[in-house]
Amino acid sequence: MRRQMVLRVVGKLFIPYMLLFALYVQFHGDFGPGGGFQAGVIAAAAVIFYALIFGLPAARRLAPDAVVEAMVALGVLLYAGVGVAGIVLGGNYLDYFVLDRDPVAGQHRGIFWVEAGVGITVTGVMLKIFYMFAGRGRGLDEER
Amino acid sequence: MMVVTVLAIVLQRNLFSVVVLAGIYSFLMATVLVALDAVDVAMTEASVGAGISTVLLLGALYLCGGEEAKPLDRPWLPLGVALVIVGALVYGTFGLPEFSDPQAPFHTHVVPRYLAQALKETGVPNVVTAVLASYRGYDTLGETVVVFTAGIGVIALLRRARRREEDR
Amino acid sequence: MSVLGHYSYWITVILMVAGLYIVIARGNLIKKLIGLSIFQTSVYLLYIAPGKLIGGTAPIVADGFKVYSNPLPHVLILTAIVVGVATLALGLAIVVRIREAYGSIEEDEILAADRDSGAGA
Repeated sequence: MRRQMVLRVVGKLFIPYMLLFALYVQFHGDFGPGGGFQAGVIAAAAVIFYALIFGLPAARRLAPDAVVEAMVALGVLLYAGVGVAGIVLGGNYLDYFVLDRDPVAGQHRGIFWVEAGVGITVTGVMLKIFYMFAGRGRGLDEER
Repeated sequence: MMVVTVLAIVLQRNLFSVVVLAGIYSFLMATVLVALDAVDVAMTEASVGAGISTVLLLGALYLCGGEEAKPLDRPWLPLGVALVIVGALVYGTFGLPEFSDPQAPFHTHVVPRYLAQALKETGVPNVVTAVLASYRGYDTLGETVVVFTAGIGVIALLRRARRREEDR
Repeated sequence: MSVLGHYSYWITVILMVAGLYIVIARGNLIKKLIGLSIFQTSVYLLYIAPGKLIGGTAPIVADGFKVYSNPLPHVLILTAIVVGVATLALGLAIVVRIREAYGSIEEDEILAADRDSGAGA
């Protein structure tokens, strides 16, 4: 009982900061190390941590299956959509300099959306794979 | 250090300790990468290699039983092949440029252009992010599709079909 | 000074061959996958070690630094790391299915089961 309480308290302290750190790494990837992949993995790790402490059904309430599966596809769609936007606005596929009047700002915008798409997909995939492995238990124990 | 860890992985038979040693190996690799100034790669290796890989391996171990690996009877052929490959590769590395040689062709073709123009053309100081997302954006699209494919592949393989209880 | 100059490559070769040895000489499927991931990690070292310039810094452009380490291998290896974990995830999913179908994850037991059940039917 005592060990469980330590885990629960520490988990509740850490998990918001882990999610915040994931967002920081995602958007600060322009100025320091970081970017979409690292941020996606850290966000997935925060939810996996929550699932390890509070059980898989609680994590499924927090991040339902439908949302996670939608995230998997949405990121790739976003990335490809930025490319199509490049075509629609007059350049080639995945041209960023046409996305704004100032080409450098266009590059910034393109990189921002592309990294966001990557982060969303990586979070969704890592979380979905964890759900698949953990939810396939040997037997019918639901409330682990 | 890493060589010691890998030798321990080769010789260990309990799968749980092998998984933990693999996590230690990933963290050591991330430390070495920081010493080699590869900060982006170190962060990715630490989070992906030591975080997600360990979680997935432990999940698979839980589902597969975690038995010990069987002992080996006569490993002479694989050991011989391994030593021959070591010899051949070491002979090959003598043709590679030395450590930290600024005149290596590695450093002289397109990289100075990236380093000089990245801030001006993209407005992003992190050259690795600029190259990844802008100069080599197609490769990153392919990589995202690979991650997506892995996700749907795992879903297709491990989805428990609802009809199982009625069929079997 | 060619001995010290090539030291990083030799470490890479040792790690690579150790990973390869695990893949070809161990029968447990999960251990084989771990050996494969060790092999991939040694290749990351092979690419990034020559990119380092002594006296340089991380490739983030900032005032006051003139020499930067080579950013191109970092980009390639970032992709390689993520592809590696995707491969590991799919491989582990297949191992789980094999375990459920054959009851074991040792290679020789699986091959014997295939032979016994009549020419791989």
